[in-house]
Amino acid sequence: MKNSKTMLSILACSILLLSATFSFAENLVVKGSTTVLPIAQKVAEAYMKENPETKISISGGGSGNGMKAIIDGTTDIGNASRFIKDKEVKLAMEKGVYPVPFRVAYDCIVPVVHPSNKVGDLSLEKLKAIYTGEIKNWKEVGGPDRPVVVISRDTSSGTYEVWEKKVLKKARVFPGALLQASNGAVAQAVAKNKNAIGYIGVGYLNKDVKAVTVNGIEGSMATTLDGSFPVSRPLFMFTQGWPKGETVKFLNYVLHPAKGQKLVKEAGYVPLY
Amino acid sequence: MSNTRQLKERLIHKFFYGIAFVSIFTLFLIFLFLLLEGIPLFEKISINDFIFGNYWYPTSDPPEFGVFPLIIASVAVTAVSAVVSIPLGVMTAIYLAEIASNKVREIAKPVVELLASLPSVVIGFFGMVIVAPFLQDTFNIATGLNLFNAAIMLAFMSVPTICSISEDAIYSVPKELKEASLALGATHFETIHKVVLPASLSGISTAVILGMSRAIGETMVVLMVAGGAAMIPGSIFDPVRPMPASIAAEMAEAPFRGDHYYALFATGIVLFVFTLCFNLIADHVAHKYKQVGAATL
Repeated sequence: MKNSKTMLSILACSILLLSATFSFAENLVVKGSTTVLPIAQKVAEAYMKENPETKISISGGGSGNGMKAIIDGTTDIGNASRFIKDKEVKLAMEKGVYPVPFRVAYDCIVPVVHPSNKVGDLSLEKLKAIYTGEIKNWKEVGGPDRPVVVISRDTSSGTYEVWEKKVLKKARVFPGALLQASNGAVAQAVAKNKNAIGYIGVGYLNKDVKAVTVNGIEGSMATTLDGSFPVSRPLFMFTQGWPKGETVKFLNYVLHPAKGQKLVKEAGYVPLY
Repeated sequence: MSNTRQLKERLIHKFFYGIAFVSIFTLFLIFLFLLLEGIPLFEKISINDFIFGNYWYPTSDPPEFGVFPLIIASVAVTAVSAVVSIPLGVMTAIYLAEIASNKVREIAKPVVELLASLPSVVIGFFGMVIVAPFLQDTFNIATGLNLFNAAIMLAFMSVPTICSISEDAIYSVPKELKEASLALGATHFETIHKVVLPASLSGISTAVILGMSRAIGETMVVLMVAGGAAMIPGSIFDPVRPMPASIAAEMAEAPFRGDHYYALFATGIVLFVFTLCFNLIADHVAHKYKQVGAATL
């Protein structure tokens, strides 16, 4: 009799405790850059597995939207594939908000050709000429007498954004370029076509495609980290003021070498260390 | 007693009316949504610039939303695929309905219809990995991901539709007609050519148009094998970017309710108008040239 009573009280207590944890369930909102999105998604999945009481909602919308959400306070973490702009800093100051940047990963985009292609190095200028349609034959850059098939990414992808900024310097890819929807599709298309040139995130390099050095520098984790590879950029997560509570816990998880940073590598980006 | 029966009858009537109404209403809502999300684009650019603009650069600064190369791409891919799929589909249907023995027919018909159940992504993958390198090596062209490849893959997908509907039409030609033709001394081939085909023409036309409307709306295949270059093709071996491929590739990353988002919905409206026209024509042909018994021929 007494036993069952204790059992009951234990049950009641555990129910109370359970409901208490539920009512303290944390909600994190992450918004912004579609480039950082795969990292945020992978890390959030792992994080929620370890901390089931936390609910993380993630959406894209671009770096601009991420920064806007941080300034307006509608998100806990704002992702950006670039640093904050002066205009945004000014807007934040007007609202009395201090956005704090956290560098979470690097993006490194490597030009690739078919393994049979002799061309091993291209300068930034040559790459630009190829992508704007000025160079149409491989012999113009020291290769065989074959047409260049230019493969690019859809204009709304983050990878394209880097390419446009660092290689094309804001010029437009000529309309004859083939557009593929993902890094994997570009790698596949280049591997199947001996005339092709494409560009993919360093994490997607495989033996079926040949990476081309840019200005003589090989695109790798090392050259990205020391800043010598020209087609790379850091990726950020911003918070409104110095992060507290669940947000700081999540950011620590992202920056953890064996946890978040490992997932960064899995997502095809360059980890910080 | 009869009152309850009538009531029951009326309830069943209302029930089915309701079900039918739900699906029509849903279609209407989807159409309304498509319009509401597409129209705001035309506050920024004119319909003329949208339809006849030559450049599709939705994310550059300033953006350009010209879908003319996309429309041409869709039309060209569908036309080339029709050239392949119509003879294949219709001739297969004639063989199955008129020439094949019952045994062959029982095996061959389900096999052709099985083609329809192949997931489009599988056909796309096949085109990308097998057909593209083959085309490139055989014709010595720059890339195997092009208009021709996409058209062939789409033909694969529309042949079952064309074949199966045509076959039904040919099969349902009244027996008396054929018997009369044969009795007058016509050969089997003459009967097919001069009697059966004209009698089933409306059904075959419907089949062809439905097959083409399937081809123009197909997304996955063109996304994977058409190449995706937003330019007006100069030859059938040039890469193209049909409308569905453009919508599928860009929608996920277009900022919600931004100009790019509206432009993609507007592209959807254009595509919808195309398939609607195809279906209206099919409907019209089916009604106008409908064969009612042997007497109308």
